[in-house]
Amino acid sequence: MNNRVWSFLVPFFSVIIALLIAAVVIILIGQNPVIAYKAMIEGAFGNIQALADTVIKTTPLILTGLAVGFGFRAGLFNIGAEGQMIMGGILATVVGMHMRGIPPALAIPLTMIAGMLGGAAWASIAGYLKAKTGAHEVVSTIMLNWIATYISSYLITGPLAVGSGTPKSPEIAPSAKLPPIVTVGALEMTSGILISILSAVVIYIVLEKTKTGYEVKAVGFNPYAAEYGGINISKNIVMCMAISGALAGLAGALEVMGLHHRFLGTLSGGKGFDGISIALIGQNHPIGIIFASFLIAALRTGSSNMQFVGVPKHIVTIIQGIVIFLVAADRIVKTLLRFRKVKR
Amino acid sequence: MKILEVLWNIFSNPLFYKLTLTASTPLLFASLGGVFSEVTGVVNIALEGIMLLGAFSSVVITYYTGNVWLGFLLSIPIGIGFSWFHAWASIKWRGNQIVSATALILVAQGLTGFLMEPIFGQPGQTPYVGRIEEITLPGISSIPFIGEAIGTISPIVLIAFAMVFFAWFLIYKTPLGLRMRSVGENPEAADTLGVDVFKIRYFGVLMSGALASMGGAFLSIGEVGNFRELMTGGRGFIALAAMILGNWNPIGAMWACLMFGMSEALANQLQSSPILNVPATAKPLFNLFPFVVTLVVVAGLIGRTRPPAADGVPYEKEE
Repeated sequence: MNNRVWSFLVPFFSVIIALLIAAVVIILIGQNPVIAYKAMIEGAFGNIQALADTVIKTTPLILTGLAVGFGFRAGLFNIGAEGQMIMGGILATVVGMHMRGIPPALAIPLTMIAGMLGGAAWASIAGYLKAKTGAHEVVSTIMLNWIATYISSYLITGPLAVGSGTPKSPEIAPSAKLPPIVTVGALEMTSGILISILSAVVIYIVLEKTKTGYEVKAVGFNPYAAEYGGINISKNIVMCMAISGALAGLAGALEVMGLHHRFLGTLSGGKGFDGISIALIGQNHPIGIIFASFLIAALRTGSSNMQFVGVPKHIVTIIQGIVIFLVAADRIVKTLLRFRKVKR
Repeated sequence: MKILEVLWNIFSNPLFYKLTLTASTPLLFASLGGVFSEVTGVVNIALEGIMLLGAFSSVVITYYTGNVWLGFLLSIPIGIGFSWFHAWASIKWRGNQIVSATALILVAQGLTGFLMEPIFGQPGQTPYVGRIEEITLPGISSIPFIGEAIGTISPIVLIAFAMVFFAWFLIYKTPLGLRMRSVGENPEAADTLGVDVFKIRYFGVLMSGALASMGGAFLSIGEVGNFRELMTGGRGFIALAAMILGNWNPIGAMWACLMFGMSEALANQLQSSPILNVPATAKPLFNLFPFVVTLVVVAGLIGRTRPPAADGVPYEKEE
């Protein structure tokens, strides 16, 4: 079988195996996996409201998935989408708050760009350190995640705080809010999903059709050969991290502009880490990432519904972990699939 | 200068040094675990996840047996079993080590959150199950200053520092250690000389599981006596940075852990200093102190360190 078939089959079967293992875990705590999964599917697609919720959750995941996937293509392991998303959300909020009286045609792009710059700047720190001192991006992006988390909790309990109760920032100006496509009950399905999908298409074009994309892939494939071929590695690392961070930052900006309309302490809630699962399930392909995001979003929305039948929602994190594990060691899945045809 | 007065108060207080040792201990266990794994050539960024599982399982075992020491000891085989998955994926199946370790972190986060409700009936935080009592060291406790700092201390802290010398001795002074290092530097050559590369690497990774699990257990039943969701809070990654700073050497890692432990203790003392009177809203800023220190140090010093040559490279035995 050729690579293209494998790159679909491995993640597909990884998800199936993970769901089976999770079913065993559900049995072990004395619940019925059939009832649990039925509740999950109903919670994700059962009615128009559930579906809208799934689409809302898909929006940022496409972007964090793209952020991680783009990094992977350049051989960079960006675990920092979490922090970049927070920084993007903060900067978009600060700019969005000051857009009063400015027409949406200007306010929306400005706020969005602010978010992208926030994420890009945050990721560039790790890119710069990697290029200049060799500091591994895994360690530095993780540190930057924690730093971003504490900075954001300082901002929304201190300088940016408004009201009482849950810490939150003031609302952004109405002109900086993204208009909803449809409103289902209390849920507004934002036009952010269109921006996310458009971003995936743009990244696809950049990777497949431009010189930049060629250089990114060359560096990711074999940095030594790329350098020999005249590609500036340091410059490429910083640029790739910046693009990767800009995508995560945009995810943060869209959460603020389309969903919460303000910065909340729990803005990211693990979506940056979800980006890793999504990039791997989507095999770092922008279009694959759209589908993978929808899958993870459906699992997340559905898992809240599973709580009503007595299965803690953390099961989704376990499922994601098993999927990643099987994709990492893809030979396990390949061996299982080949077992019927070729006897060892 | 108010800040100098505050710093003098902190540094002249013997309890600050005890706090430093306590904060260093979980890092030390995990960092030594990292050394064991990476010396044999397997990158293990799953330390964070193994610690989390160690912290949780020790609380669960204590909850059911009522014995904290049993909780501490039995969390070790659980850490070993969990790290076996990483070893299996990265050694036998030659999988991507960073991706496989990330998977283990997610599974640990999911599993500990998931099991909280069925076992303890409440999410977020477990009830208090008891903690390992501190012991008074005869002789040392009567020395001025030093006695106040380390005269009464958790035995787990002592075990952690004993482990440093155990690790150093094993890796640098025994035939097994020589094999471990040769497998990490040049697996082909080691294989030619009859060393079982796979077995040695399994040993390295499983040791990292045992040690990281102890580090996690110290966080829960060694210090606070209960488990909170995601209570490791990035310490596994700081431990990883300490290992890098320590140049993949147990003694070096120990000094790095002490430095990180001191920065954590310092941040804690600064935010509760009555003289400085930090407003409640500014307190989150002090929590980022250890992470900034890690980032600066990793960025500044990494050029001078060198990982084992085959670190992170799967070994493929020639047919």
